[in-house]
Amino acid sequence: MTASPALPDRSWIVTPLVSVLAVLAVASLLALAGGSLAAVWNGRFLLILALWLALWVLNGWLASRADSTPGRLLVALVFGAALIGLWELTVRLYDVPPVILPPPSAIWATFIRNIPLLWGDFVQTILKGGMAGFAIGCTAAFLVAILADRFDFLRRGLLPVGSFMAALPIVGTAPILVMWYGFGWQSKAAVVVAMVFFPMLVNTVAGLRDTTAMQRDLMQTYGAGYWQTLVKLRLPAAMPFIFNGLKIATTLAFIGAIVAEFFGSPTVGLGFRISTSVGALALDMVWSAILVSALAGSAFYGIVALIERRATFWHPSQRG
Amino acid sequence: MKGAFLPVLTVVIAIIGLWYLAAIPMNIKETLTEAERAGATISGGTAVERRDAGNIALTLRNLDLAAGGWALERPRLPAPHQVAVELYDSTIDEELFSRRGIVQSGEFSNRSLVYHGGVTLAATLLGFLIGTGLGILLAIGIVHNRTMDMSVMPWAIVSQAVPIIAIAPMIIVVLYSVGLQGILPKAVISAYLSFFPVVVGMVKGLRSPDMIQRDLLRTYNATDAQTLRKLRLPASIPYLFASLKIGISASLVGAIVGELPTGAVAGLGARMLAGSYYGQTVQIWSALFTAALLAAALVWAIGLIERRTLRAMGSPA
Repeated sequence: MTASPALPDRSWIVTPLVSVLAVLAVASLLALAGGSLAAVWNGRFLLILALWLALWVLNGWLASRADSTPGRLLVALVFGAALIGLWELTVRLYDVPPVILPPPSAIWATFIRNIPLLWGDFVQTILKGGMAGFAIGCTAAFLVAILADRFDFLRRGLLPVGSFMAALPIVGTAPILVMWYGFGWQSKAAVVVAMVFFPMLVNTVAGLRDTTAMQRDLMQTYGAGYWQTLVKLRLPAAMPFIFNGLKIATTLAFIGAIVAEFFGSPTVGLGFRISTSVGALALDMVWSAILVSALAGSAFYGIVALIERRATFWHPSQRG
Repeated sequence: MKGAFLPVLTVVIAIIGLWYLAAIPMNIKETLTEAERAGATISGGTAVERRDAGNIALTLRNLDLAAGGWALERPRLPAPHQVAVELYDSTIDEELFSRRGIVQSGEFSNRSLVYHGGVTLAATLLGFLIGTGLGILLAIGIVHNRTMDMSVMPWAIVSQAVPIIAIAPMIIVVLYSVGLQGILPKAVISAYLSFFPVVVGMVKGLRSPDMIQRDLLRTYNATDAQTLRKLRLPASIPYLFASLKIGISASLVGAIVGELPTGAVAGLGARMLAGSYYGQTVQIWSALFTAALLAAALVWAIGLIERRTLRAMGSPA
């Protein structure tokens, strides 16, 4: 990194070589201490290491000349693919039992084979439990935030309590709420409401205060009332904070919906699938369910981020 | 936050008041059943009819018996004082005066919430240390190596949108099957959950020095290591503490969830699970409050260290 611009940057080849040699040296020393070098200097280990080195050099080379967005995306994709490839190779070369770590190919095959089943789980956990709770919780928090913003006494009381609650392990209310609302998706939605409410509240209240005295004075000289100021100035100004809250809430919503199912669920749902498949040591199924929740989580987060980009195009963080 | 005391007190009192109020209709059916057994006259029909009736309607027709909802053995919603009593019983009373307590047996009880909280706390702290340490190392690597930055950073950001906790049951079972059990599997989950917030926060922090500051160090002919130690690390401290606060609560959630799938016998998660199996609502609530107190204490402790550190570094805060 310190190379002056006149010299070509060779760190993309030097760093991986040095690190792989270091791994080999350390592993050899460990093997020597264990009595035999054969554990390290055999075909399997060297093959994995060589592949790792090759992919690192490739990625380093790509990274050293990628400046555009597609280039950066390619580097990240190559890295992800390399990890999956090494996982597959390691599992196959060392005959890791599938009850400990199934290879990605087996997970993918299970995923494809069970799409109808997993779709049912997705609908149950994400669409019914997660989304319903997300919508109710965020709307409720938004309304309470507006109320709290209107009455300063309420705000000074609610904000510390809300920040405090936002740091607590709310997910622990899952057993209680499952007891109250039964095993269906309603109890999961309730857990999600409890989880997303406080982060959303704190962010919205903070956002509603994010106007300068100058801006508020301007609204006053226009003769704008409370509601006009709220709709035309303070809500738009609060948007970046609101979306920050929404993004935090997306992750929390899925965590809440999945963990709540560990405490009781109908025979469908991602949390149910994970806990029963773990019990049956069907780890390929567990990984498939995790794949579904990962895809759903990133897709939902992506949608919120996309809406944010549209809604707050004026904000510095969105003007790349 | 000066002048916040009165508003906060009002809100807290309001929450407790609402809680007492809500406990009446929530528990009304059990209350009436008990009162009927004790020979009281109940309006609202037979037990079968009452089962399908609305809670609030039943409460309004039996206002004289409603206060019984605050004293049930196994309420649907325990009243605040019941939780407080259970908290006292299962901590101080259990540790000191119970059959297994310090007075009678000479050692601390292994059934108290202090013990369960300690089990969870140990896993939380171990995981937090591992996750934070690895996170800081990876962040330093990312800031200094363009390849690592472009390869790892997008995945670290994406992983924040993924409900990582879904992996918890599998980690526990797989580590158990390769012979690891006890504190370590839970700590692995805690570490995993606190890892990514720390990476993302630290990368932001290590990159926070301005161009002009880095240029200055360049004119001093500082090496990368010197720049890291004298500029980047000090500049990243506020960011580090912000992520540590997120990381420690994530770690605690990880440790609690890590206790669920194997039917662990010790820890706050185990208490909650056992409570939910046997309908011991007061036990669940007291475990929940212990977890909340633990989280609050951990975040407060980090806040304290943060203020001390920032003051020692000459920050006005």
